[in-house]
Amino acid sequence: MRTIPFLIVCLAVGAAVFAGAIASGNDYLFFAGYVVMQYIVLATAWNILGGYCGYVNFGTAGFFGIGAYVTVAIHQWHPLPIPLLVVLGGAVSAVIGYGMGYLTLRLRGAFFAIATLALAVVLETLVVNWDYVGGSRGAYIVRPEAIAPFGSYIRYMFMIMMLLAIAALTVARLIERSRLGYGLATIRDDELAAEAAGVPTLRLKLIATTISGALMGMAGAPFPYYIGYLQPDSTFGFDYAVNAIAMSVIGGTTSWVGPLIGAVLLGSLQQLATVTISSAVNLLIVGLLLVFFVIVAPNGILGLIHKYWQHKSDDFVGRRRVDLAAAAAAPAPDGAPGAPP
Amino acid sequence: MIFSFNLLINAIVSGILIGGFYAAVTCGVSLSFGILDIVNIAQPAFIILGSYIAYTLNASLGLDPIVISIIVLPAFYLLGAVIYQIYYLAFERRGQESLRGLAFFFGLLFITEVTLVLYFGVDYRYVQAAYIGPTWHFGAIDVPLRILVPCVVSLLMIALLQLLLSRSFIGRAIMAVAQDQLALRLMAVNPVRIKRIAFGISIATASLAGAFLIIIQPVEPSVGREYIGRIFAICVLGGMGSLPGTVIAAMLIGIVESLTATFYGPSWAPAVSFGILLLTLAVRPAGLLGR
Repeated sequence: MRTIPFLIVCLAVGAAVFAGAIASGNDYLFFAGYVVMQYIVLATAWNILGGYCGYVNFGTAGFFGIGAYVTVAIHQWHPLPIPLLVVLGGAVSAVIGYGMGYLTLRLRGAFFAIATLALAVVLETLVVNWDYVGGSRGAYIVRPEAIAPFGSYIRYMFMIMMLLAIAALTVARLIERSRLGYGLATIRDDELAAEAAGVPTLRLKLIATTISGALMGMAGAPFPYYIGYLQPDSTFGFDYAVNAIAMSVIGGTTSWVGPLIGAVLLGSLQQLATVTISSAVNLLIVGLLLVFFVIVAPNGILGLIHKYWQHKSDDFVGRRRVDLAAAAAAPAPDGAPGAPP
Repeated sequence: MIFSFNLLINAIVSGILIGGFYAAVTCGVSLSFGILDIVNIAQPAFIILGSYIAYTLNASLGLDPIVISIIVLPAFYLLGAVIYQIYYLAFERRGQESLRGLAFFFGLLFITEVTLVLYFGVDYRYVQAAYIGPTWHFGAIDVPLRILVPCVVSLLMIALLQLLLSRSFIGRAIMAVAQDQLALRLMAVNPVRIKRIAFGISIATASLAGAFLIIIQPVEPSVGREYIGRIFAICVLGGMGSLPGTVIAAMLIGIVESLTATFYGPSWAPAVSFGILLLTLAVRPAGLLGR
C-alpha cells in the first residue's frame, strides 16, 4: 500500500473510532482512549530506534517529560493552542534526542541504554530545580471546560492525540520502507559490517534518535492539560519507559504494526486493570508480561502470527529447512552450543 | 573563610566515606557488566531488596543489619545463579543478549520495585543499630559512624573479592572467562558454570550493599533509581571490571557529589554522576584503570 491510501485508511479508522466514542455518550472513553493513543505514539517512537536500529532507549520518560514541561513553561508565560505546543515540545525534545545521540551513539549499544536511563534522572533534576515550572511542588494547569466544535475539551485532546498516533505510524511505516529503514536494519544486525559496507551509521542513528525523541516529546506536550497537575516525580517515572518497551516487544519490533498491536492491547488492559484492580498491580502485569514475552516469544505477537502462518503453509520438509536455516544463522555463542549448562 | 574551609574538609571527608559505600554498590556491576559483559541494570533493585530484608529481620528479630546481610548472602548468591541460568538459556545461547537481555533486566528491575511497593508501601523504612546516631569528632572533622561503618565493611568486602579474583582458581577462571572463553574450554573448564558463579557473587554483593544503604539513609522502593546512573558512572569511570578502579572512581564521585551538595544544594547532586558518565564516555571510554 502506498502512503496516501494508508493515510486515508488510518484517518477513516480514526474517524470511525471517534464517532463510535461519541455515539456511546460516555466521556470516560475519551479519557481512556487518550492514554491508549498516547502509548501508540510512545511505543512507535521507541520502536524507530529500539526495534529498527537495535538501540535500547530507557529514557522515554525523559523525552516525554521534556514535551510536557515545555508546555508548562510556555503556559506560565502565555497559553497557546495545543497543536502549536505539540510542535514546540517536539522540537525541543528532537534537539535533546540529537544531542543525546551525538554524545553516546559512538559507543556500544549498552552504553547508550545506560546513558538514556540516567538522562531521565538528570532531566528530572533540572526540572525539580527549576522554580518557574513549579519545581518539586509540581505545576497546576487548568484545562478549559469546552472548545468550540467539539463540546468537551477532552474530545478535542483525544482527537489531537489520535492524529499524532496516525502521524507516528505513518512516519514509522515510511522509515521502514526507505533507505533509512534498511540502513537502520543493517546497523541492528551487524554495525561493523554495515560501517564497512559504507552505510553512514552515525548519521542514520542520529536521524533515528532525533525522530524518535521528537515523537516522544510530541506525545508529552498535551499531557499537562490532560492530567491537570504535573509533578516531576511521576512525569519522569519509569512507567513510560517500561510501557514503551513492553508494548513494542510484546507486539513485535520488526514492523510498525507491532507497537500498534502492543499499545492497543496493553494500553486497554491497563485501563481496565486500573479501574478494576489498582494502578500498582497493572504496572506489575506490564513488567511480568515484558519478561515473559522476552523469554518465551522474543519476536512478540507478530512473530507468533508469522510462525503460525509458516507452519500452516509449509510441509514437514519445508519446516525442517526453516529450522536448519535458523540454526545455521544463529551466531555460535562463545559458550558451548548445546553443552550441558 | 575558616568556616568555609571546615565545610570543604568535611565535604571531602564525607565524600570519601560515602564513596566507600558507593564502591560496595558498584562492585556487583563491575563484575557482571565489566567482566561478564552482562548489562545487569536490575542491580539497584536487588540492592533495595537487600535493604528490605535487612529492615524486616532487624525490625522483627533485632539483628544487626550487616549480620543479617551476611546471613542471607547464600540466598542472594542462589538468586543470582538462577537469574544467570535463565539469562543464559533465553538470551546468551541464542546470541540475542543485547536488546532482549536489556529488556529482560529492565523488566526484573520493574517487577522487583512494584512488588516491594505492593508489599511494603511507599513509606520510608529504616533500621536500628548501635552505630546509627553517634558521631566521632576529630577537631573540625565530623565522622558519623553510620557512614563510617558501612564504608569500612565495604572496603573489607572489596578487598576480599579482589583476593578471591586474583588468588583463587575460581577467581582466575572468572578473569579468564572475560578474556577467552575458548581457551577456558580447552582447559576443561565450563565457562557457563564459571559465569554462573561470577554472576551469583555479583548479586550476592547486593545483599551487603542493601544493608549499607538502609543504615546510611531511610529507604523506599524507588530509591534504587538514583543509583542506576551512579553505579554505571562509577563502573565506567573506574575502568570496566577493575575493582581498585571502582573504589577510586566511587570515592571521586562521592567527593564531587558531596561538594555539589554542600555548595549548590542537595537537589543538584543526582545530575553529577550523569555528567561524569557522559564526560567519561566522550573523553576516555576505557575509564581510569581500564583494561
